[in-house]
Amino acid sequence: MSQETTLPANIVEEPGEKNTRRAFLAAAGAAGLAYTAALAYPIYRYLASPAEMAMNATAVTEITLKDAQKLPLGSVLMFKFGTSPALLIHHEDGRWISMTAVCTHLGCTVQYEPQADRIHCACHGGVYNAYTGTNVSGPPPKPLKLFKVAVSEAGVDVSRA
Amino acid sequence: MTSKAMYEWVDERLGLSELAAFARHKTVPVHSQSFWYYWGGISLFFFLVQCFTGVLLLVYYRPGAEAYESVRQITFVMHFGWLIRSAHAWAASLMIFSILVHMFSVYFMKAYRKPREFGWLSGMALLGIASVFGFSGYLLPMDELSYFATKVGLQIPSAIPWIGAGLANMLRGGSDVSEFTVQRFFALHVVVLPAIFLPLLGFHLWLVQRHGNAVPPSVEALPPEQRKTMPFFPNFMRKDLAMWLISLNILALLASVFPWSLGKPFDPLAPAPMGIHPEWYFMSPFEMLKLLGFVFSGHYAGLGEIAGILLFTLGIVLWLLIPFYDRSKESGQRARAAHYFGLLAIFALLATTVIGYWTIR
Repeated sequence: MSQETTLPANIVEEPGEKNTRRAFLAAAGAAGLAYTAALAYPIYRYLASPAEMAMNATAVTEITLKDAQKLPLGSVLMFKFGTSPALLIHHEDGRWISMTAVCTHLGCTVQYEPQADRIHCACHGGVYNAYTGTNVSGPPPKPLKLFKVAVSEAGVDVSRA
Repeated sequence: MTSKAMYEWVDERLGLSELAAFARHKTVPVHSQSFWYYWGGISLFFFLVQCFTGVLLLVYYRPGAEAYESVRQITFVMHFGWLIRSAHAWAASLMIFSILVHMFSVYFMKAYRKPREFGWLSGMALLGIASVFGFSGYLLPMDELSYFATKVGLQIPSAIPWIGAGLANMLRGGSDVSEFTVQRFFALHVVVLPAIFLPLLGFHLWLVQRHGNAVPPSVEALPPEQRKTMPFFPNFMRKDLAMWLISLNILALLASVFPWSLGKPFDPLAPAPMGIHPEWYFMSPFEMLKLLGFVFSGHYAGLGEIAGILLFTLGIVLWLLIPFYDRSKESGQRARAAHYFGLLAIFALLATTVIGYWTIR
């Protein structure tokens, strides 16, 4: 003991001591990581639950709108297809058209204007064709996607094309 | 910038080295009862768990009319929601339990004596707020059990003469437990109580730093060279953190093996279910009032309730004021009375709790 005190403290280390310390630190680090993962995983899944449910909802490919066949000529029905809004238009000429209502510019919800027979986005003035979904004027870069429509006695079936 | 230069830049502005020097010089006494020093830290750990899991529950919880539905969603729809809710409920019990252990260890080590009176009083206030946290949180799921527990619990303040009925109506937001009650209990639970609890906790911890750990009278009697200490940093800190880890493991085990259940939604017209009883930490006062109700039955029943509340209040006041009448500096020989009062309190709490659980079966 009296011999050792003359040496600097860091020299009196046993040769094997460094290895055991390293092994201990590695084990403690691994245990710490395991704990962090065990805590973080349930919390992540918990917070992500609504997002996961929304992902499942986007997988919806078909929806039946009950009694929508009674929609008068020249009017529109807004509905939720999966997680996003969509339009069902019964045109004056009797044609049924359904398309997404999410503007391709910045994601606002568009509206059908029966007087002008066009689809208009109030956010930045984008205009789409109410039959084909083609972007006619304003900032929208792409057309609105059309859905398939099948009218029956019970309602209107809308499905992804 | 090198890390040394960066440290110096921050140190010059925030005084980190003073803090480091403080941590180096802080010591914790070592003696046969040092084990009890960990319980304040364990209580703090469970409080932090409550803050954390509470915020997570807040993400989906909706007070008011939708309360039950949102808790059902958390428990059965959201991934791991059952685990987070269960951890919150279990940690609440464990927090009250460790505060009680902490309180009794402080009591029997006589750590409330001069200059630590404020430590004792603030600690008792923290325990009081913690039990209100427990009571208000218990209602939030709005299932059958929590509905009736709150209904019964609020009978206690309503037995106070003159102001009781008004006070109970104020707490309930009406003459019966309803959506209004959940809404205000929610405000109490997540805003009002934390706003009182946190500064008080800061004060309590600051006092602990200021006065250091108290030693029991038997150690106090030793000459200074025979008293042993260990450095707070890192020695005690390491043990403290080990205790936190053990607490976390116990909590994880309880929360996952015994998940907290959710009963049927409350129905104000349904009769109370069998075996209705409060949380374990309210069992003792609940049972004491019930026993006094038996003693003063019939014509004097109302008197019994008031007597019970008076007796209970007297006990709590005596308990609170202990630092002011048990001031003896001697090695505990002269302060036997306080010791016996403490044992009596433990006996009364345990006995009434046991009777309470025995009679609900």
